[in-house]
Amino acid sequence: MKRSDLQAMAQREVDRQQAFRCRLLCCASTPCLSSGAAAVQQALDDAVAEHKLDAEVAVISTGCMGPCSRGPMVTLQIPGQEDVYYENVTPESARQIVAEHVAAGHPVADKIMPSDLPFFAKQTKVVLANSGVIDPERLEDYVARGGYSALAHALREMTPEEVCAEISKSGLRGRGGAGYPAGLKWDLVRKAPGDKKYVIANGDEGDPGAYMDRTLMESDPHRLLEGMAIAGYAVGAEQGFLYVRGEYPVAAKRLEKAIRTAERRGLLGSRVLESSFSFRIDIRIGAGAFVCGEETALMASIMGRRGQPTPRPPYPAQSGLWGCPTLINNVETFGNIVPIIENGAQWFASIGTAKSKGSKIFALAGKVHTTGLIEVPMGITLREVIFDIGGGVGEGHTFKAAQTGGPSGGCIPAEHLDTPMDYESLRALGSIMGSGGLIVMDDTSCMPDVAKFFMEFCTDESCGKCVPCRVGTVQMHRILERITNGSATSDDLQIMEELCVMVQETSLCGLGMSAPNPVLSTLRFFRDEYEAHIQRHECPAGVCQMTEVPTLDLVDALPRRIRELGTVPAVLA
Amino acid sequence: MLESKTRSTAATDSSHPSGDPRFALIDRTLKRFRFQQDALIEVLHTAQEAFGFLEEDLLIYVARQLKLPLSWVFGVATFYHFFSLQPQGEHNCIVCMGTACYVKRAAEIVAALQTAYGIEAGQTTPDGKLSITAARCLGSCGLAPVLIVDGQVLARELPETSVAAVARALASDRPDAERNGHQSASNETFEEDNGL
Repeated sequence: MKRSDLQAMAQREVDRQQAFRCRLLCCASTPCLSSGAAAVQQALDDAVAEHKLDAEVAVISTGCMGPCSRGPMVTLQIPGQEDVYYENVTPESARQIVAEHVAAGHPVADKIMPSDLPFFAKQTKVVLANSGVIDPERLEDYVARGGYSALAHALREMTPEEVCAEISKSGLRGRGGAGYPAGLKWDLVRKAPGDKKYVIANGDEGDPGAYMDRTLMESDPHRLLEGMAIAGYAVGAEQGFLYVRGEYPVAAKRLEKAIRTAERRGLLGSRVLESSFSFRIDIRIGAGAFVCGEETALMASIMGRRGQPTPRPPYPAQSGLWGCPTLINNVETFGNIVPIIENGAQWFASIGTAKSKGSKIFALAGKVHTTGLIEVPMGITLREVIFDIGGGVGEGHTFKAAQTGGPSGGCIPAEHLDTPMDYESLRALGSIMGSGGLIVMDDTSCMPDVAKFFMEFCTDESCGKCVPCRVGTVQMHRILERITNGSATSDDLQIMEELCVMVQETSLCGLGMSAPNPVLSTLRFFRDEYEAHIQRHECPAGVCQMTEVPTLDLVDALPRRIRELGTVPAVLA
Repeated sequence: MLESKTRSTAATDSSHPSGDPRFALIDRTLKRFRFQQDALIEVLHTAQEAFGFLEEDLLIYVARQLKLPLSWVFGVATFYHFFSLQPQGEHNCIVCMGTACYVKRAAEIVAALQTAYGIEAGQTTPDGKLSITAARCLGSCGLAPVLIVDGQVLARELPETSVAAVARALASDRPDAERNGHQSASNETFEEDNGL
């Protein structure tokens, strides 16, 4: 396929789509499917056939539209009119939508989600621009929206140096959590000596409460493939690996299909778009290990080994997969490449803050009115995200904390709600941007209990290679267990703080280094809750059972007692 | 041991000496990756998909085929949560214990199921009817707390409704047909194997 063929394909698809009077988009991503989207789609299909509208109405299953808690979602697109979003659609209301709105032109008012809600208005869709609009399983849909033209542009009009420079200029930083400048990494791999290089997309989203990567892979797989191919061209790699979490079978299936389609059309594989550049992408399915999100552990896993990290340096950019220079970025980072090449670095840099450019996808969940997937410009305040986009916490409850960054992040309390969401501000609060999980907690959540939850996670997921992480996390978990069951003493708090620092400073990889973060940040902002557990034996949130009492440390206490009394107590004599 | 030796030498044949057609699936994956040792995880995925769980015999077979030490294969299989070395129950119930589900009291659901069926998360009832698993995050955080009973996703559950849902699944006796088929078939073959 040549560039002109690509343009012809796009034109054909646009013409085909315009032939329809309206399009009914039905969300078919995992959350909506679990709320019954398959039956809704079937009902839409049946109703359209019933009203003999097949020729003028298209029913399309798309990726995620965002407000997952209001699913199944259906969007009605009529050219020249604003899109209408229908929420909580049932098969009955689907038939009603077709009969009343599509056929007769009267919207079904009680199921409409107003499109001027802050949920939609405050978002900036860069990476998710196609999500919920295109059918992820059709290449034509993606091409019709300008897909693969960025790759064609890069291959024809840009040198690899220029591509790297453009990414650097855009200020894009890694979306996996640490926020390392992407352009810098690309340039390092490009300059690294070696004939064979690799590109890896990290889709091992193990962070509980985060599902941005899954949505991106499920809703717009070709964007990811195109971004990886551009990266391959920029760094000089001919082979890419997509590491997909084992718990995401739908994403793996859609990506597999997307790769096959793209290869058949000459958009991947040998001689991409009839240029001299070749790029193959293979999928590797993860097998359920959180530590594989760490880059060296992920590479070990791709090579069929246990996912245990290795010390850095050497960094993957010098010596990665099979000792070759390897570029490894998060799936969301690759999702940003196409818009940057398409619209230019300047456009991208105009979104966000001085140091954190672009937008970020967050999975908004927990005790908030509207949960779902949102994409907001960097630097938006937490308050806007939770109270405007999310609609605030439930009736009769007050906001307590927002947890970002999963088991590596921290909790942000109410007094810091006006903090801008960017890498530096979050780090200053002892949390991290992380991959983008954002869990809202209200007054019914107990912070030591939340810290215990994350510590249990880290204990379980520690790979066991280095001692501080393997042993330290278990010790910290035991102390937290004591605090939440009422048997802790104030010594425990001090020991835990010391342990936190030790584990943080001496662990081998990011998992151990960041494992104490949830404890440290809750200690910093909610120390009174820990003290209430220890000194007053009560759980302010009413979560912990507090069934135990502190056991007297006899080894320590008995000799002191004997000294004080000057004789052995009668009960022991 | 002896048995698996004959097995590996005969592996070039189109069918496995045990006559189990599922070995052909493993062989296909092995060939697709040209018996590269790096493909171990892919091969284990295929094996688990075909057999339901990784029996010791199966690990020996994979190790022989890839010319890897058995300890290496065993190490990888036990490292990853996804691989199960124990047979799973006829019905399964996965409780999501991700952060969003946890703050919405998923732990109480696990506790309720534990008291109702007398097994911990990660275990199977002695009669092999039910497995309860706690998952890290199922990525449906908007619907928290989430439960998957026999492949069906149940959203916004309460401890009482989850116990009821599991009881319904157990009573229906119409479990995940595919899994059940695998399970009974694999039990038969393993008995035959032992008989040999």
